Amino acid sequence: MAPIAPRSGDAVFANVERVNAELFTLTYGAIVRQLLTDLEEVEEVNKQLDQMGYNIGIRLIDEFLAKSNVSRCVDFKETAEVIAKVGFKMFLGVSASVTNWDADGTCCSLILEDNPLVDFVELPDTCQGLYYCNVLSGVIRGALEMVSMKTEVTWVRDMLRGDDAYELKVKLLKQVPEEYPYKDDE
Amino acid sequence: MGREVSESCVDNLIIEMVSAYCNRFYESKPDLAARRIEAIGYQVGLQLSERYTMERPRFTDHLEAIKFICKDFWSEVFKKQIDNLKTNHRGTFVLQDNRFRWLTRMSVDTNQTNTDSSLDTAENKETQSASMHLYFPCGIIRGALTSLGIPCAVSADMSNLPACSFVVRIKG
Repeated sequence: MAPIAPRSGDAVFANVERVNAELFTLTYGAIVRQLLTDLEEVEEVNKQLDQMGYNIGIRLIDEFLAKSNVSRCVDFKETAEVIAKVGFKMFLGVSASVTNWDADGTCCSLILEDNPLVDFVELPDTCQGLYYCNVLSGVIRGALEMVSMKTEVTWVRDMLRGDDAYELKVKLLKQVPEEYPYKDDE
Repeated sequence: MGREVSESCVDNLIIEMVSAYCNRFYESKPDLAARRIEAIGYQVGLQLSERYTMERPRFTDHLEAIKFICKDFWSEVFKKQIDNLKTNHRGTFVLQDNRFRWLTRMSVDTNQTNTDSSLDTAENKETQSASMHLYFPCGIIRGALTSLGIPCAVSADMSNLPACSFVVRIKG
């Protein structure tokens, strides 16, 4: 049987159940706000947002693989493109672009110009040092870990901190192909 | 139509938020975890209601405001209306959703995690975790009504899953 063709991010997003982004954006904002009150330290909030993202990412990868029909990527470059064009699009409804590759193709930047997490958000001065969107870096790290890629994901640019875009640096640390838990059809 | 995201973004975010508060931050203090989850919902309800009522005239009485929650507000958040509204005409309203969206996902989990040997404990744990999840929509309703000038207390009854009833008691 011929393998099912991978679907574009637009096609997947058009077919998933969608909700009003306000609910998502305001819920995330209320969570960050409550975490700042309860945990007090901005550093700790960053850590917990990343942890929450990681936990979400390790679940989200199943839905991603099931709905996108994406098969195993040949290299990390393809992986990054798939995250940017299919992953972001099918969940958040926006695509990212991939740039700033290093020479050996293990480190790149994902650039997000439009980010539904930050609609209506303005950070007060007391939140300096907060990586408001840190849940995103956790999601990417968690999802990639489930397909045997250990990565380090860090923020380079953040519009809430006055930059002109959101830029996440994704660095591949280690690949463990034998633990790959999904069967390929090839 | 405004901006949309995948529904699983919202589902996963709420599941993870509840789990973080119940299992990590306040593991041994379920009361505190519940209060925090409700507070997050309250904030969301307050802001959503402000946005949804921006263009509307003020509601003239409590019933009008409650009907707004049952119809317009519920449709925006859950893509359906409340199925049944009851009141004792003394400030208590019962809003029943016959298929509460955030619980239909959860009951699937129950079947997966229950095994015969641990049925009792697994069921208890699931019930506890489902009721923790309900503090969030309770908070949303309380926040939404508060923003309409109606201070109240909201509790949930999920004895008829996947139906869920929210009991609103207006204060004062």
